[in-house]
Amino acid sequence: MTRAMTRAHDMGGRPCASRIAHPEPNRPVFKKEWHGRALAVTLAAGALGKWNLDASRHARESLPSDEYLSFSYYERWLAGLADLLVRHGLVTGKELSDPESCAAAPSLVPGALTPGEVFPVLQEGSSSQRDANAAPRFRVGEDVRTRHPAANALVSGGHTRLPAYAQGRHGTVRRVRGAHVLPDSNAHFLGEAPEPLYSVRFSARELFPNESSARSGDEVFLDLWESYLEPA
Amino acid sequence: MPHDFSDGESPRKALPSEPELRVKAIESLLIRKGLVDPAALDRIVDAYEHRIGPRNGARVVAKAWTNPAFKAELLRDASPLLDGMGLSGRQGEHVVAVENTESVHNLVVCTLCSCYPWPLLGIPPSWYKSDAYRSRTVREPRKVLAEFGVDLRPAQDVRVWDSTAEIRYLVLPMQPEESLGADEEALTEWVTRDSMIGAGLPKRPEAAL
Repeated sequence: MTRAMTRAHDMGGRPCASRIAHPEPNRPVFKKEWHGRALAVTLAAGALGKWNLDASRHARESLPSDEYLSFSYYERWLAGLADLLVRHGLVTGKELSDPESCAAAPSLVPGALTPGEVFPVLQEGSSSQRDANAAPRFRVGEDVRTRHPAANALVSGGHTRLPAYAQGRHGTVRRVRGAHVLPDSNAHFLGEAPEPLYSVRFSARELFPNESSARSGDEVFLDLWESYLEPA
Repeated sequence: MPHDFSDGESPRKALPSEPELRVKAIESLLIRKGLVDPAALDRIVDAYEHRIGPRNGARVVAKAWTNPAFKAELLRDASPLLDGMGLSGRQGEHVVAVENTESVHNLVVCTLCSCYPWPLLGIPPSWYKSDAYRSRTVREPRKVLAEFGVDLRPAQDVRVWDSTAEIRYLVLPMQPEESLGADEEALTEWVTRDSMIGAGLPKRPEAAL
């Protein structure tokens, strides 16, 4: 099995007996100081524009499952970031183990995030919606079936946003959300390949037929790209 | 078909084992190479510690409780409205508001990572990012809600929203009867972070007890 196919991150519906550590006070926002630094350095490195959000998610998901499962949340971020930095040539593995081995830059590189840009950049965000180049294939109210297995059709073992618990399941289109960048393509730098995105409703009993706590009216909604779906 | 990852030497293995030292190593290296400005990092931390948090979402909910036209528009097409209030941005570019009613209780999760409406609620709490919440919420939301102390009404179905795309969900909780008549400003104090995820209900502010 390749590491990208372990899918440790695809947790929905996985049997889990643990209690959830809830509630949690609103403050501190970052329980440890390094959590905030990990978030900030990830955002600032991302602002250099060498990769996109989908690629960043894919880098975290590509950790071997034993590492993914034993790492805390921000450790996953750091590991993903280290891999991206090296893969995209911003640093070398040698520099990571010995930062003194590289020459200090005389100034900030062009395109690096400046303090003054931080708030405007956070406030601007980055829309995933694009102009539609084709009419949506499915209408509101139409019954659809999801792809099976939940796998990337462009890259073997690649990134996808169809969770395994919803693969091969029947649902109903409840909203058409416009065309959005396709993560399965964008995460691998194969282009944005925007596709219509649908809000699809599934009955909880369709997804988890053996779950006795579900009532007949309980539902799960997922946002799914057109290529994840076929007519039911 | 292009293959994805080769099993080469992993860059992260070059890093120290302690996470604090790991982040320090990456940060110092990027600063040394001129790739990040330490003052920009301080600004990012400051933004999420002091400027972007659940007070933002609470303002939106309190406004919806007191202004029927605003509420109708929020439920119809939230993003332009939030944009106008300066409450859009990173991880909140496409927001959909979902309303709790006597017949439906909404609950938000991201089973694949930890997607969350940052401009409205800030950085997610640890439990939202936990493996247990991500695993259990789609399968047994009623048990999760019971554990969280959320008493559902007899007629309420549970509707879980798994944030699989860049759409971010804001739960519009039902206004508690005891808070009827309070003004918008006072109502923001009733709106808890968890109530906007569906993982809790609004409650009387402690200061008012």
